[in-house]
Amino acid sequence: MTVVTVLIVIWYVAAVLMNLSLVRGGFEREEAPYTTMELLAGTMIAERPLLPAPHQVVGAFVDGVFGYAPTAPRSLVYHSMVTLSATLLGFALGALLGIVLALAIVHSRVLERSLMPWIICSQMVPILALAPIFIVVLGAIGLQGLLPKSIISAYLSFFPITIGMVKGFTSPDPMQMDLMRTWSATPRQVLSKLRWPSAVPYLFASLKVAITISLIGAIVAELPTGAEAGIGARLLAGSYYGQTIQIWSALVAAAVLASSLIAVVSYAERKVAQRMGGRA
Amino acid sequence: MPRASRLWPSCVVTLLVEPVRMNSTAETTPHIYQSTATRTIAVDVSKVSLTFDTADGKVEALSNVDLQIGGGEFVSFIGPSGCGKTTLLRVIADLQRPSSGAVTVNGMSAEQARLGRNYGYVFQAPALFPWRSIEANLKLPLELMGFSPTEQKQRAARYLALVNLTGFERKFPWQLSGGMQQRVSIARALSFDPELLLMDEPFGALDEIVRDHLNEQLLQLWAKTRKTVLFVTHSIPEAVFLSTKIVVMSPRPGRITDIIDCNFPRDRTLEIRETPEFIAIAQRVRTGLRAGHSYEE
Amino acid sequence: MNRRQIRLGFIMSAVCVLITLMLPLPLAGVPVAALMARPPTFLLTGVIVLVFGLAAGLRGLPAIVIGLIGAGITAGMTLMLLRDPLIAGDAASGFWMVVVGVWLASWICVVALAGLKPRDSGFRKAIDLAIPLLFGAAVFYLWEVVVRGAGVPPVLLPSPSAAAARFMASLSMLGADFVQTFIRGVLIGYTIGCSSGLLVAILAHRFEFLGRGLLPLGNFFSALPLVGVAPIMVMWFGFDWPSKAAVVALVTFFPMLVNALAGLQAAGDIERDLMRSYGASYAQTLIKLYLPAALPFIFNALKINATLALIGAIVAEFFGTPTQGIGFRISTEAGRMALDMVWAEIALAAIAGMAFYGLVALAERATTFWHPSMRA
Repeated sequence: MTVVTVLIVIWYVAAVLMNLSLVRGGFEREEAPYTTMELLAGTMIAERPLLPAPHQVVGAFVDGVFGYAPTAPRSLVYHSMVTLSATLLGFALGALLGIVLALAIVHSRVLERSLMPWIICSQMVPILALAPIFIVVLGAIGLQGLLPKSIISAYLSFFPITIGMVKGFTSPDPMQMDLMRTWSATPRQVLSKLRWPSAVPYLFASLKVAITISLIGAIVAELPTGAEAGIGARLLAGSYYGQTIQIWSALVAAAVLASSLIAVVSYAERKVAQRMGGRA
Repeated sequence: MPRASRLWPSCVVTLLVEPVRMNSTAETTPHIYQSTATRTIAVDVSKVSLTFDTADGKVEALSNVDLQIGGGEFVSFIGPSGCGKTTLLRVIADLQRPSSGAVTVNGMSAEQARLGRNYGYVFQAPALFPWRSIEANLKLPLELMGFSPTEQKQRAARYLALVNLTGFERKFPWQLSGGMQQRVSIARALSFDPELLLMDEPFGALDEIVRDHLNEQLLQLWAKTRKTVLFVTHSIPEAVFLSTKIVVMSPRPGRITDIIDCNFPRDRTLEIRETPEFIAIAQRVRTGLRAGHSYEE
Repeated sequence: MNRRQIRLGFIMSAVCVLITLMLPLPLAGVPVAALMARPPTFLLTGVIVLVFGLAAGLRGLPAIVIGLIGAGITAGMTLMLLRDPLIAGDAASGFWMVVVGVWLASWICVVALAGLKPRDSGFRKAIDLAIPLLFGAAVFYLWEVVVRGAGVPPVLLPSPSAAAARFMASLSMLGADFVQTFIRGVLIGYTIGCSSGLLVAILAHRFEFLGRGLLPLGNFFSALPLVGVAPIMVMWFGFDWPSKAAVVALVTFFPMLVNALAGLQAAGDIERDLMRSYGASYAQTLIKLYLPAALPFIFNALKINATLALIGAIVAEFFGTPTQGIGFRISTEAGRMALDMVWAEIALAAIAGMAFYGLVALAERATTFWHPSMRA
């Protein structure tokens, strides 16, 4: 808590320092006399500051959330919902694909040996760089709006889930696997009785990573779409028109989205852990 | 009070000590050593108490402990878990501050003694650093204490030879068995020639055959180096076999219930465990332990 | 998969190629037996059938090698056929039958390879390498053949060969982009971000109250879409590489902080007591114990950051750059529908990313060989 307070104080000081020359320049252009107090006050309320003061950001955020009808194009809620829907759809697709791939890999030696190196390799490639092409390509074949963005989200989020789930499905130790063998359990029984339960912690760990990435994917995917709606679009528009406060409030919205998404996943994790008899 | 060392054949001692104390002059002869041993008090624990604050309230780990240990002695601490024997060792080594009371080591406070590098501590686990080779592990305290590189190398070789591990310099800890790892950690504790060797159940995790073997080696080592050894153990035969003095402790609150002298010849072998004297002492230790328990239950 | 199935697979591949003799190659092809009209391909068909037949007759490794040769020749034949303007973009069932034959044969080979259990470790390593390579080659082959055979418009998806040609043709431009994005933006930002993250982690470890405050904050920030600060950094540091380096430094800082802090706390109690019993100072303990123990965690962060850094730099370039850089080129060329250039840039980014990651992984192997995860 103290660290947060200190950071906010530093933020205020930085805002004063960074906006000082800007405000001074403004006064000097108008050749108006000014006092130090006025100068300081000016750094706090500048319209296009280099670094907006925290209260300005919070003000703009609150205004954006509650100041407009949720459907108005100026409402942050509206933009957040656009991004959120793409994120969730992409996340669901990605999670499904990731789990199915992991299952296939765990059950087929050939797939494991031919696919796994490529999946690991593709983790090292900046996949996000593909986002604009995807948008363009999918736009060219008539796909626009929600789906292309979710495909990017899905594409980004399936990697951590595949990797995590392969780890999870193979996490039962040899003794437990031998135990299942002594009962001559079928592969399907081994999956449902042993592999799945032991993969659950891995599932949630990778879901948490994946949901963050799919949000990032959705935001980045909104950058080249002609900037109509969504948090990414707000960021891009803000940067075009120098609307610093708009950028910051969009960032806060993204932060709120990210942390609430993670909170939801963590909540589900706790609930599941409780049901499985863990110490939540 | 008969000294155990009187029964020690001096020719054996000279032979054994020679390779270790190549540099020292005065202490090479056991007779001089003997006389200093009887005089000095290496560790003086007076009225030490220690209470921990736990979730279940205060726990008195040590209550009013008084103990004097002479130089060159081999003292075992034995007692059920929770009796504070490890805590006492940690207090003596200044790894833990007592709530009250004082510890004096060779005339210094425990902290001064620690900063003056008087302690060679051997833990329950070997605690070797996996990223260092065996030789580099031995050198670790030497590096910290500013020995010259050549001196480091010499000492590493000398102490590895002492624990019969010459040839393993380039190996890494995980390539050695548990018993070998613990021998390395003993060599490491001795490498900078500390006044005191503190051992906290060093062989607790090993199987009995390895343990017997290491006990014999430890006795030989003690004979060669003439350190004062403080040894925490769970095992009555181990304590009786190794020690000149056995400190029996009891829990809740952690305290000393009995101190038993145990004067077998220094060049004892595992066979003495069958002698009536051995069994008598073991019996006394067992009685002491039981008394501590019945008091509590 | 047993030997009989493998043999059956090779025979099926041969049959696929044979059927082609009776099927039209291009969709609007006039003669039915199109292959008959082309003596070289006709001859090749015979050779292929023979090779597959030979593979079906052999067992073990020789069968796989011969089968692979057959698949290679067949693939070569399809590529040769694609040079015919009549076939390219308008391929018909006959052509696709051959492609199916290639796919079947190579699939059989990969499966059979995976089934081998050689005792020689060098040989085993070679197989472990060969399987994914074959798989990758098959994917690229199918991509190439489908794009060119079915005439996918290059606006949608260029063929790998077109992208490769573009790559070779614009090496100097790619080089400039690489320097701008990777050397300036990524490397500088990565160094700043990782080293300051490590430094703050050490401070937080030394002074516990700092750690208690910083850890939840670090966890919070490392989960945020931090690339979003790119427009702000562009505003602060201008269009050129400093703003990219700043974004990279920011996105790499928090993973390093969180991981390094966890790593510094990974040293065991006994080891700490040991250092204490030696009367070691904090600096000594840090160098001899905490940092080496934290190395696996630090490398984990370095590897995560290697990918994050490249993404951060490229995304930051979407918000404005001077007229070079991988991200800038991708967004402008995508806008102009020059997708072969885009794919060339992606290949560049992929190579740079993998090389970067590979270097970090090599350094990890050299320094954390002792960790249980590396010993296996």
